[in-house]
Amino acid sequence: MASTIRVRASSNGEITEVQALIQHPMDSGFVKNAKGEIIPPHFIQQLTFEHDGKNVFAADWGGGVSKDPYVKFAFKGAKKGDELKISWIDNKGATDTTTAKIQ
Amino acid sequence: MTDVGFSATRRLILQGAGAVALVGLGNLPFGLTPALAAANDKYPEEAFKQKSDADVIKSLYGKTAEPSDKVKLDAPEIAENGAVVPISVSTTLADVTSIAFLVSENPNVLIAKYSIPTDTMPSVANRIKMAKTSNVTVLVEAGGKLYSATKEVKVTVGGCGG
Repeated sequence: MASTIRVRASSNGEITEVQALIQHPMDSGFVKNAKGEIIPPHFIQQLTFEHDGKNVFAADWGGGVSKDPYVKFAFKGAKKGDELKISWIDNKGATDTTTAKIQ
Repeated sequence: MTDVGFSATRRLILQGAGAVALVGLGNLPFGLTPALAAANDKYPEEAFKQKSDADVIKSLYGKTAEPSDKVKLDAPEIAENGAVVPISVSTTLADVTSIAFLVSENPNVLIAKYSIPTDTMPSVANRIKMAKTSNVTVLVEAGGKLYSATKEVKVTVGGCGG
């Protein structure tokens, strides 16, 4: 299966800007379906970004983050060609991991 | 006789394969969870269940937040679609360790909390859901203190109630 994570990481020499887009329903548990039944909560709880074995950014998310979540941040200490490792885990224990090259 | 011997061996091989498969399956989730947990503090389950700004702040930080003009919250005046509201924050405060987003009128107030290590910029953009018109508050933990900025976002079509 193709990865659920799409990442663009670009360095200007000093700062690396990272944008990530993840495919996930992010059901909050407050929305009803067409039959009036509650759609059970299903959302990513933790998302981490690692560079060179070190955590550079970590998110704790609730069901209030939009479907197919997007996040953007920036960090120092990486260079073009370095790898960034991205992982998430949701409230049902599902996970996905990918790596992206910094451009 | 040879037939029995063969089938016994075969059973052993099958059992062995089964055990390997079980070990393999068992190891995967257990191997991943501690890695995530170590990289990020424990998931603040309780904080995500709180129904007011004050309770989230208490659960997450155990101290009070003071409004600061050094925290710049960027949010639309009017959000036409409450399901996707782009919100970003940046700050000139030093030694930022975490940033959190709260929507007062949502069923669960806490939306997201980001941990900011030393070499990471104190700036985050994300997209959140809003049930209705509400104050959006961002908390910035810096140098052991807690700062905040709040802005009202008007929502035309709610994104939580369905």
